[in-house]
Amino acid sequence: MISRPLVSVALALAVSLGALSACGDDDSGTGGDGGAAGGEITLTVYAAASLTKTFQEIGAAFEKQHDGVHVEFSFGGSSDLASQLQEGAPADVFASADEANMEKLTGDDLQADEPQDFASNTLEIVTPPDNPAGIASFADLAQDGVNVVVCAPEVPCGAATVKAEDATGVTLSPVSEEQSVTDVLAKVTSGEADAGLVYVTDVAAAGDAVLGVPFPESSDIVNTYPIVALKDSKHGDLAQDFVDLVLGETGQGILEEAGFAQP
Amino acid sequence: MGLPRWIYVPALVGAVFVLLPLVAIVARVHWAEFGSLVTSEGSRAAFWLSLKTSAASTLLCVLLGVPMALVLARRRFRGLALLRSLVLLPLVLPPVVGGLALLYTFGRRGLLGSELDALGIQVAFSTIAVVMAQTFVAMPFLVVSMEGTLRTAGQRYEVVAASLGAAPTTVFRRITLPLVLPGLVSGAVLSFARSLGEFGATITFAGSLQGRTRTLPLEIYLQRETDPDAAVALALVLVVVAVLVIGLARQGRGVL
Repeated sequence: MISRPLVSVALALAVSLGALSACGDDDSGTGGDGGAAGGEITLTVYAAASLTKTFQEIGAAFEKQHDGVHVEFSFGGSSDLASQLQEGAPADVFASADEANMEKLTGDDLQADEPQDFASNTLEIVTPPDNPAGIASFADLAQDGVNVVVCAPEVPCGAATVKAEDATGVTLSPVSEEQSVTDVLAKVTSGEADAGLVYVTDVAAAGDAVLGVPFPESSDIVNTYPIVALKDSKHGDLAQDFVDLVLGETGQGILEEAGFAQP
Repeated sequence: MGLPRWIYVPALVGAVFVLLPLVAIVARVHWAEFGSLVTSEGSRAAFWLSLKTSAASTLLCVLLGVPMALVLARRRFRGLALLRSLVLLPLVLPPVVGGLALLYTFGRRGLLGSELDALGIQVAFSTIAVVMAQTFVAMPFLVVSMEGTLRTAGQRYEVVAASLGAAPTTVFRRITLPLVLPGLVSGAVLSFARSLGEFGATITFAGSLQGRTRTLPLEIYLQRETDPDAAVALALVLVVVAVLVIGLARQGRGVL
């Protein structure tokens, strides 16, 4: 037997839940392309963590070119972002640190067009500025007593590390396998690790906090970064404009300065 | 005396909110592959490591936490309130912050770094670091539980025993401990459960390596990147272990 107070409370809850879910849609999408409705348009870009600095610069350039548009970034591990997009997270553009994670999206047919490669990245050995273990080559990493930290094989930089081990014939015994390349860098900059394997762009970004030790076999192991506008984007034209900016002279210039190579 | 009818609505909402995600996990499990996913090399290594380290840290929590609780509950001195707040700090501290703090203390460049180095002890990246991280976050649970029980138990029996000629250690061993055993058990169970689920401090302080530092939560976090089915299966294992642990604890009275 359900009494009236119970029914009213239940109804109130249902209504407020409904109102809450409607709230999320008001922020973006009602303006339409070109900012006609008088509000600011937000373009949501999901990008790999290694693209943080460069994409923020490209985003600023995009905002200058397009009045009334604000670019909102979500940086993270490529596989994390891909999973979120597969589960229906709303976004307009996706830039991944490797092709495997882009394939997760194309497998679910979430792309508006063919993904295009816009940059590539290679690995570099990184050590604290004083290089306490005296690392000069990839083989030195396997010496006894050297605390090496690498990315776990499940993440893009870790997959590249495994390829590096195959290419050099040296098997590493790391003391830790981290979830992301920035975690590896953090362990080196804090002095906990004697050496780590990160991207050349991370070494460049860290500046004086670390010492980079390149190794010749790295040029054969390349992570290619693809980018694509998303099919469910509410600002299809703007999303494609952003992709074009990344692929064009401005974007490529910013990426090259940060240490990214041509795709 | 019955409950007012309207109480059932928020209570139901709360229960649904907590139980529905568990149902969602069970619904996502691929039962056909469950067996192979859960018995893979990485999963087994993570499972046993989690059990070993959680047991060790619970023991450490009991050995260190009971004396702390006794001092906090039975002694009166200036700064007691402040000391209590500081000791319970790991309860509210984000675990990653706890991990950082441990790193800055016991890491190579930490407060005790050079002393540990001289002794040839490397703490970071070791299983000991995992136990330390778990103990750090789980200790307050035991201290809080014990302190509450000690206050409730009062000191009447101890006073009588002392007046009959028992030495303090005898009083502690034969009167105090048996009296607070239920509270001790439930506090230990809470600490064990907290240690089992510990993630942030572990990954920051101890790193992640199969068999040495990669506990079950870390393994789930890693598998989530490439094999979501494995992650869900392992998550279910953790849930089952947690339910078992809490169920076992219900045998004793106390907080649970």
